[in-house]
Amino acid sequence: MGNDKKPPVGRRGFLKDAAATAAAFVAEPSAAHGHAHHDHGHDHQHQAVPSDVALRVKALESLLVEKGLVDRAALDAVVDSYETKIGPRNGARVVARAWVDPAYKKRLLADPTAAIAELGYSGGQGEDMVVLENSPKIHNLVVCTLCSCYPWPVLGLPPVWYKSAPYRSRAVIDPRGVLQEFGLELPENVEVRVWDSTAEIRYLVLPERPPGTDHLSEDALAALVTRDSMIGVTKVSPPQAGGRA
Amino acid sequence: MNGVHDMGGMQGMGPVVHEKDEPVFHEAWESRVYALTRLVRAGGGRWNIDAGRYEIERLPPAEYLRMSYYERWAARLPIQVVKMGLVTQAEIESGTPASGSAKATPQLTALRVPAMVATRVSTKRDVRVKATFRRGQRVRARNMHPPGHTRLPRYARGKLGTVVADRGVFVFPDTNAEFLGEKPQHLYSVRFTARELWGDRASTRDSVYLDLWDDYLERV
Repeated sequence: MGNDKKPPVGRRGFLKDAAATAAAFVAEPSAAHGHAHHDHGHDHQHQAVPSDVALRVKALESLLVEKGLVDRAALDAVVDSYETKIGPRNGARVVARAWVDPAYKKRLLADPTAAIAELGYSGGQGEDMVVLENSPKIHNLVVCTLCSCYPWPVLGLPPVWYKSAPYRSRAVIDPRGVLQEFGLELPENVEVRVWDSTAEIRYLVLPERPPGTDHLSEDALAALVTRDSMIGVTKVSPPQAGGRA
Repeated sequence: MNGVHDMGGMQGMGPVVHEKDEPVFHEAWESRVYALTRLVRAGGGRWNIDAGRYEIERLPPAEYLRMSYYERWAARLPIQVVKMGLVTQAEIESGTPASGSAKATPQLTALRVPAMVATRVSTKRDVRVKATFRRGQRVRARNMHPPGHTRLPRYARGKLGTVVADRGVFVFPDTNAEFLGEKPQHLYSVRFTARELWGDRASTRDSVYLDLWDDYLERV
């Protein structure tokens, strides 16, 4: 945290704060923690972030490394995997392949985990996949009301809004209202199916191929496919209309 | 448990805030707590995904709501490593390994990380268990309020639905979270109409699908 103005406190103190009882966190006076004003101006659900959380994590990392329980280079490799390799471009490749290759699409719907693995994507939080095909009459939307379940191998780690209280609470009771906030107004005759990820099944939405894309290559199609369209909160826009991340 | 984590259907939480070009991690510590949690877990020991979720659910409710997502992970990690027996409470408090304690050798090196993140650790079990329900059958989600971990959200309890698919046999979270056994059983995709869940103001066309285990359902 760049704006931490608290005086330096020893590692002992931070780890003590992180003591293995949740009560330790309640006992920490929230008022003592400044709100983290991040320079990139995001506005997710931080209210009064404890300014020492970074130091607490650092102290715990040092302890685990000193005990020989984790390797720092391995930590870097995990972070690098999810920052640069495992993300929504993977899912976009799956979708584009399904759009251009009817036999692949058939396999993708019949045995999603295997068909996704054909393209090289598998792993934690994608063990047992189900693919939901959107159509002019059916719109699928994925949520995890209880925590943050999300298909990591194809979409990477979930965005903050997906894990936030507003999305988790409202997607099931007011899906059309949520979709409107994402700019998607669905006609009344379209059936909305909300999938609450209550078990270890992970869902990937196969969005509709936008009109006017017959001439596009598989790569060009993949570039159109957004993360949000594979969660089901948006559609894929045709190239000239521009896309949304 | 009927905790604040069970958010489906709650109101007053405000609009969904979408961040354009959102980074994977907003702060370096978020990436560290994520990676630490993954590696500690992959190192083996008495832990499982349901136990991990249950730990988050037991954070004090006001703290749960105040914390960002990765703050919850940061709160869980010291609890987790102590419960796994990797670190003692005294070491957490002192910040240093106990004097005279042997130093382990990390099981996961950087070279093995690509294989680790690509490894499937399915909770599907290849065992023969009788399915109580079948596709097309009408079922009711039980009106149950277990004080421990459960994956049956409150909004579906007591509601009528239809089995649309049998997903196969999976580990049962309610027992697994407390290391009381995997109790593998059939998992079903169950469709509930929006009207059944939310009443007359809901769309007649829309529905919510939940993945529910045998023990969550009863015959109609």
